[in-house]
Amino acid sequence: MGKYLVMIYDDEAKWDAADPSVMARNDVNHRAFVAANGAAIRGAGQLDGSTTATSIRSDGNGGHVVTDGVFAETKEVMGGYYLIEAADLDEALAIAKQVPSPMGGVEVRPLVNGD
Amino acid sequence: MTDAVGAAVAEAHVREWAFVLAATARVAADLDLAEDCVQDAYAKALVHWRETGVPRRPGAWLTTVATRRALELHRRADVARRKLPLLIDRADGAVGGDALDGGVRGGGAPDHGARGGRALGGDAGGGDALGGYVWSGVDAYPDDRLRLVFTCCHPALAEEARVALTLRLVCGLTSAEIAKAFLVKEATMQARITRAKQKISRSGIPYRIPRVAELPERIGAVLDVVHLVYAAGHTAGDGDELTRPELADRGLDLARMMRMLLPEDAEVAGLLALLLLTEARQPARVDETGQLVLMENQNRALWDQQLIAEGLQLVPEALAGGAGGCGTVGGVTGGAAGGGVGGGGGVGVGRFGVMAAVAAVHGEAGRWEDTDWGEILGLYDVLFRRWPSPVVTLNRIVALSYVAGPAAALRELEELSNDPALATYPYLASTRAELLRRTGRSAEARAAYEEALAFTSNSVEADFLQRRITPDA
Repeated sequence: MGKYLVMIYDDEAKWDAADPSVMARNDVNHRAFVAANGAAIRGAGQLDGSTTATSIRSDGNGGHVVTDGVFAETKEVMGGYYLIEAADLDEALAIAKQVPSPMGGVEVRPLVNGD
Repeated sequence: MTDAVGAAVAEAHVREWAFVLAATARVAADLDLAEDCVQDAYAKALVHWRETGVPRRPGAWLTTVATRRALELHRRADVARRKLPLLIDRADGAVGGDALDGGVRGGGAPDHGARGGRALGGDAGGGDALGGYVWSGVDAYPDDRLRLVFTCCHPALAEEARVALTLRLVCGLTSAEIAKAFLVKEATMQARITRAKQKISRSGIPYRIPRVAELPERIGAVLDVVHLVYAAGHTAGDGDELTRPELADRGLDLARMMRMLLPEDAEVAGLLALLLLTEARQPARVDETGQLVLMENQNRALWDQQLIAEGLQLVPEALAGGAGGCGTVGGVTGGAAGGGVGGGGGVGVGRFGVMAAVAAVHGEAGRWEDTDWGEILGLYDVLFRRWPSPVVTLNRIVALSYVAGPAAALRELEELSNDPALATYPYLASTRAELLRRTGRSAEARAAYEEALAFTSNSVEADFLQRRITPDA
């Protein structure tokens, strides 16, 4: 078994423009996903919007530079995640395919020493 | 004797590499280690067979030597740090220590005494993760090789990495050979293969045959790779030769192997048929001076009738399709190209099946004038409805030019010319040039040939275009 982080990447502009019923439907779909895959889920979370993000970079001299905003400027930002446990990548992908992500998609990555 | 042994080892390399590596990978639980052991076994064969003669089953001999070496290394245990439990199939039996003597240990109870090494991890308490390799003769092979092919062609790997890994692990080509075939630096190819192997182990791409539900998606990736390998050999993207026969041969070998491993799959039948029917025309594609000959002018006596017959035999099966069969793509299925193509297109027919049917129509025509272009046009219509792409449209337009005339085809080509996907595709310009030539607009044709020439990197094709521009040169 290994642990995989399933990161949900969304286009926030699309969410902002979406009807509230779309949001409500998404909540229902996530609950259904959790109910169906509870045995594999080790953690999960929804992130607040990217406008709330703060990035910290090393300044190269032992200090840090703290800046407003997300780490990488892309249209799609990480909006939430599931930490799952799976026998192999195929099993992880089968679970990740069920993660609701109507405004984007998901990225699956193994955790190092995830077993 | 020396030559005979060398030839036997070379032959075993082509025919048995996938066998041997696949079986060894299960024991080694590590693709890199397995490769080392297999290479070692081939090297030993060169020496050993000179003394003992070539064994009756070279693949079995090589597998035994390679797996025994893998076990030996595992006993030294330090391999465990690589921690690759995923390659191991815990489902079945034991490792036979005496397989070299030809002992066939079929599916008996796990033999803990004979098993070397220690658990590589994963299942706590199990302790027998290294097990799982059963020397049960030839029957154990197909599954192993399928595992290997599906692992190399996993959709989580980039397509170029899938091609490279398949050539390396399934065909046994070296990084240098693959790099040469695809015209990249050896270091680049080496890095690509290393990255792909790392992804397999670190992401946990499993060494197994996909479940039935996953098969359609996964088999598609495999067939695409085999097709790419063949296509890269059929017309080299670059260089002084029109073809790279070693790659075309490997592509054909892979297709034949897939057919043997998955005899029921219609798309596998379709791909093999397509490659056989295409390869059959190979001897006529260049003349004795090395110049390209269009199909129109090819000496059909040079076409390999045996390959054509073999391909034609597969076409009905390919067109029968997977999903309950289909009778709508008619015509070529019966042998003589007679029937039309049904309006709905074949329900279960795959892409390679339809492409094979096109190749079959050519293969069946004794002369260029006998080509059933109506049938081919209908097949391209089916292909486009199901798998629309600008290249399919371009091929359809060529067929149309022989049904409705070059002027009508040119009109459709003008529309297609705006497609950015074809902006640097040499065959768009060369098709336009041919159509212009056939309508007698020779000045425009010359300009189009010039354009095609600018996009062609293969010198045999370039020569051909040059001769079209200046026929007397």
